[in-house]
Amino acid sequence: MHGLSWTDLLGLWAHFMLLSLLAVGGAITTAPDMQRYLVGQQGWMTDAQFTAGVAIAQAAPGPNILFVAVMGWHVAGVAGVLATMAGIMGPSSLLAFAVGRFGRRRADSIGLRAFTAGLTPLTLGLLASTGWVLTAPVRGEWVAALLVLGTVATSVRTKLSPMWLIAVGAVAGAVALQPR
Amino acid sequence: MASDAELRRPANCGELFRAFNRLALQGFGGVLPVAHRTLVEQERWLSAPQFVELLTLGQVLPGPNIINMAIIIGDRFFGWRGALAAVAGLLLVPMVIVLALAVAYQQQAAHPAVAGALRGMGAVAAGLILATGVKLARTVRGNPMGLPACAAIGVATFALVGGLRWPMVWVVLGLGGLGMALAWRRIRQAEAAR
Repeated sequence: MHGLSWTDLLGLWAHFMLLSLLAVGGAITTAPDMQRYLVGQQGWMTDAQFTAGVAIAQAAPGPNILFVAVMGWHVAGVAGVLATMAGIMGPSSLLAFAVGRFGRRRADSIGLRAFTAGLTPLTLGLLASTGWVLTAPVRGEWVAALLVLGTVATSVRTKLSPMWLIAVGAVAGAVALQPR
Repeated sequence: MASDAELRRPANCGELFRAFNRLALQGFGGVLPVAHRTLVEQERWLSAPQFVELLTLGQVLPGPNIINMAIIIGDRFFGWRGALAAVAGLLLVPMVIVLALAVAYQQQAAHPAVAGALRGMGAVAAGLILATGVKLARTVRGNPMGLPACAAIGVATFALVGGLRWPMVWVVLGLGGLGMALAWRRIRQAEAAR
């Protein structure tokens, strides 16, 4: 940790800048590619650390994008936070700024409708991929499978705050999901 | 619901910062519902239709919806300084909290019960994201591409990104581009047939 060279940090920043523009279904849809890069390609964190980072961000108040800050922190401390957050926020924020200022509002134009409708199935596939990637540390554990399915059923059918589900997950995990 | 005439303006960048900071700290597992309550009902900086319009814009743009909305709202009131104040309000304090939790986890990760708790929370996090997908999947019925094409693109995306672990850039450009082209064609055909 904290041992990343300037080249590594620049690479990290550049990779997250690319993901910023690809985050068409929200930042979380780029999580599979972050995992591929940080865990698979660079070996800077483990699957368990990656999933824990997303879980910590969801358990804390604030925008879910902050899971990106946790990734940066794990990889290279404060420098890592700056690299990942500046990367994931930069390009999309500049675009939002420009569109908000100069864009004409034409929500009913064919181009915009085709854009939204055309990307919906892609976003679905990316959300499924994110869910799948996050289960990597606990695959094969029936308690974890129950937690995943129970969470899906509860959040689709009720308006229960995610906080309660995360609390249930923490208690169930502390008891029944200790690493062997 | 407030009409446009009853809308207020934030007094300065500090008020923007405080309002966005307050709503971020109330938002567990998603800030958008709290954002609506704060910006439309409490502060009355936006009318309900304006909020929906900004949300749509935020969703079409890449990046987090709430950040995109904060940038546009802040910019409308106080230019780029307002945009910075709103985003800083959303991120600064929550980021300190999240990183403090991350440090605490790093220090305790060797403890089996803590590691287990985080594994359980991770499973719930995966479930929450899959649930977002299930809710979104319900909108596919009205998609101009039709169900078979949507299913094919969705499954192919999952197979390439989640299964084969291809770099996302090629999948988004390829399958996303294909989806948009197909949706464009179908919408044009439907308009022509009317």
